[in-house]
Amino acid sequence: MKHLLLSLLLLWPLSVTAAIDAYEFSDPVTEARFQELTAELRCPKCQNNNIADSNSPIASDLRREVYLMLEAGATDQEVVNFMVDRYGEFVLYRPRVNEMTWLLWYGPFGLLAVGLVVVLLVSRNRRRRQSAGPQRELDARERERLNKLLQQDKDT
Amino acid sequence: MRRVLLFLPLAIFLGLGFFLWRGLSIDPTELPSARLNQPFPAFELASLTEPDRILTEQDLKGAPALVNVWATWCPTCKEEHAYLNQLAREGVTIYGINYKDEPVKARAWLDRYLDPYVASVVDEEGRLGLDLGVYGAPETYVIDADGVIRYRHVGAVDARVWQDLKAVMDAIATGDRS
Amino acid sequence: MIPELGEYALILSLCLSVLLAIVPLVGATTGNALWCSYARPLASAIFAFVLFSFLCLSWAFLHNDFSVAYVANNSNTALPWYYRLSAVWGGHEGSLLLWLLILAGWIVAVAVKSRNLPQDILARVLAVMGMISTGFLMFVLFTSSPFERYLPQVPQEGADLNPLLQDFGLIVHPPMLYMGYVGFSVAFAFAIAALLSGRLDAAWARWSRPWTNIAWAFLTLGIALGSWWAYYELGWGGWWFWDPVENASLMPWLIGTALVHSLAVTEKRGVFKSWTVLLAIFAFSLSLLGTFLVRSGVLTSVHAFASDPERGFFILVLLALSIGGSLLLYAIKASHVKSESSFSLLSRESFLLINNVLLTVICATVLLGTLYPLLIDALNLGKLSVGPPYFNALFVPLSALLALSLGVGTLVRWKQTSATLLLSQLWLPALAALLAGGVTLALLPQWPGIWAAIGLLLAWWVVFAGLRDLFNRVRHKRQPLAAMFQQSRAYYGMVLAHVGVAVLAVGIALVSTFSEQSDLRMEPGDSRTFGGYEFVFDGIRKVDGPNFHSDTGVIRVLRDGELYTEMYPEKRLYNARGMVMTEAAIDPGLFRDLYVALGEPLGGDAWAVRVQYKPFVRWLWLGGLLMTVGGILAATDPRYRRQAKRETASAAA
Repeated sequence: MKHLLLSLLLLWPLSVTAAIDAYEFSDPVTEARFQELTAELRCPKCQNNNIADSNSPIASDLRREVYLMLEAGATDQEVVNFMVDRYGEFVLYRPRVNEMTWLLWYGPFGLLAVGLVVVLLVSRNRRRRQSAGPQRELDARERERLNKLLQQDKDT
Repeated sequence: MRRVLLFLPLAIFLGLGFFLWRGLSIDPTELPSARLNQPFPAFELASLTEPDRILTEQDLKGAPALVNVWATWCPTCKEEHAYLNQLAREGVTIYGINYKDEPVKARAWLDRYLDPYVASVVDEEGRLGLDLGVYGAPETYVIDADGVIRYRHVGAVDARVWQDLKAVMDAIATGDRS
Repeated sequence: MIPELGEYALILSLCLSVLLAIVPLVGATTGNALWCSYARPLASAIFAFVLFSFLCLSWAFLHNDFSVAYVANNSNTALPWYYRLSAVWGGHEGSLLLWLLILAGWIVAVAVKSRNLPQDILARVLAVMGMISTGFLMFVLFTSSPFERYLPQVPQEGADLNPLLQDFGLIVHPPMLYMGYVGFSVAFAFAIAALLSGRLDAAWARWSRPWTNIAWAFLTLGIALGSWWAYYELGWGGWWFWDPVENASLMPWLIGTALVHSLAVTEKRGVFKSWTVLLAIFAFSLSLLGTFLVRSGVLTSVHAFASDPERGFFILVLLALSIGGSLLLYAIKASHVKSESSFSLLSRESFLLINNVLLTVICATVLLGTLYPLLIDALNLGKLSVGPPYFNALFVPLSALLALSLGVGTLVRWKQTSATLLLSQLWLPALAALLAGGVTLALLPQWPGIWAAIGLLLAWWVVFAGLRDLFNRVRHKRQPLAAMFQQSRAYYGMVLAHVGVAVLAVGIALVSTFSEQSDLRMEPGDSRTFGGYEFVFDGIRKVDGPNFHSDTGVIRVLRDGELYTEMYPEKRLYNARGMVMTEAAIDPGLFRDLYVALGEPLGGDAWAVRVQYKPFVRWLWLGGLLMTVGGILAATDPRYRRQAKRETASAAA
């Protein structure tokens, strides 16, 4: 029972506080880059959280590292590489495009293309069927069938 | 053709279901070290027990060994400490990284609970920990004779975990011989 | 005693659910009217027993019965009574009971409201819902009973409700969300019943339309409330994190949106029938999938429930049976379905189909991104993360296409429109949107970036296309103004929902580009100017709440040297769990929010303070609210009732 209680307690982070550091930046551009970078890097040992929002010790260490690197003139790419070297691809919320992620990045567009082709085919097919007979007559027949179906429903 | 297409949603769902089922036995929080199969990161840090002595990654080379990241503020480290002592008595080489800790407290801790480490380095700032990709103590690494990282375990070392670590160390030993 | 009664009531409802799943179905298949007629009383009985069980759990919470494990884990004597009541759905077990209660509510609503339905159809619909409730009652009773006892050692005090959930947003968010999730089970049941009976026709679409609209409206509201809650309660100022839990609610919403539109086409034109059925199956399946993702622990999320592989396995089996079974049924039965009319590429049918394709692709993207880490991991290819940058990168262009086709779709005619006619309809709203968009962009302090600009243009486009449509509808009437008020409620529902889309687009475009944030170190007396306001930090006050201690920051906000408002961001320590929480102070406004959160003390009297300026953030939820109202308006269109009456009348004749 004690175990159950403990495991339930551990489920939620012990504190949900905004992680606020009050770093002084040399210029607003660096501050904006800092905010962007820390929002795109995942905290390696938290629940699903970026290092900007998490207040776990490791996230605050990593924030400090990003701050120091940016202030020392590192490029965004250098900061990202630094983190990946140490913590793996896992820390990237924006997965890199490579063989492993092709499906992820391009799959949706492939699916969209397939979907649009289907729309084209369907509307074309339907139109060919439509042009097989005079439009008015088909309409009437349609309506009749619809009515019949509705009638069936009412009867049962 | 249309008949086959109608089975497509079912097929997709079954594929998805398979992955979800596999997912139940995977721990999403378990992370392999990004430093796996890379040389131990370079460092120059003072020894905990002999503060005047500077240790580097060269000092870890020579034989397969464990490198244990620990701190006095970490309750799990205390849990595993007795087992590390036992391993040390059995002849396992263990190096320690005293991670983001106060050396005075750390030395007192080793006096009190015994010192399983061949040597401990002081990583007060956590720089070495960062280079290693440590995200919380305790962590234990297996390195080979050339100082290459071969395995990482996150969390306490106990008899069960030691089986895994030992298997890696044995594999290194056989690999070296052949 | 009372918790046991609750448990027995659940067991009884399980037995009744099994009956509901079997008896009416057999009756409908064999043409036995008596057996069919059992469906309605069984539905009411299930609802009564589940409600009783729910009340038993609420009683246990109100009376601090800590011998019940679930109560002990989620409540505390110091908790105010209203939070004790909402704590009923504050954890895994109780929230499932709420799920069940809402399901039973939908079942009984269908039973009561569908008196005009042919008896065999109603029997089949209720039987399918009986199967769903059987599955979930078994899930609750076998793996997650909220009535389990801590005996004989009864805890003296409860562990308290998670402070995050001690909040108004969390009282209302889960019930609304579940109303939506579970509401899709009605559309699902209608679809399965139609497949079983082999009668997939326009009548079927008309019956399930109001139910689907209502469920969709609730889901929209639930998601909007969740986003609002996350915004003010988590203290980060974010309103959407693309967390798996959020995605789990977004996916059924996207497919539900497609379903709402597809049902309209099926009812009006008798086309897309098998596609509509598939969407109905998908919408509910994704709700179930969401339940699995949130409760099984296969994905890491900021706000997941207790993860337990055993429970995960149980839900997976439920998923396999319900989704697998219905998709198999679909594969076998849907091949007999024939379309009843035709349409060309330039027709409203096509554009609604494009809308469906886009919504489905967006949903597939969200699903892919959510599950991709799992996929890669299961294939032993390593660990990776898919987060907001990915989702934004794909979601934004796809939604832009959606908004573009939305505008065209409202103006194109059913069946066929000539290209010249369509162009003559489109050029004016397009020009107006460009002009209005240009003016809007010129009014902004700076260029917002290409996607935000497109978003603003499209918002105007949606609005002007809607206006043009309204104009078309009334211009030939003798009294155009009066005609405006004579449009159907369903039409105005649609208009409102589409305006909601535009409002949402404006909100997203502006809050994501013009938000400003600064983390400051402030000592008492310090002042900083930010976003045109001057923030003066007056120090910290200690305040005690009913079950927490609070450090309350006092911040004066000045505008042009005059006092504008005072803000009180808090840092609370909740006693029972020792949990620290940020309570942000927000000064809300239609055009901007000021958002102040308190961080850590920085030594001396200095504190870390985060100040945020959030332009147009309210428009996000305003858009959601408009969509909700639109959905409800459409669902309550008297047309459905009139039609139902006419049908009964003609059946009686």
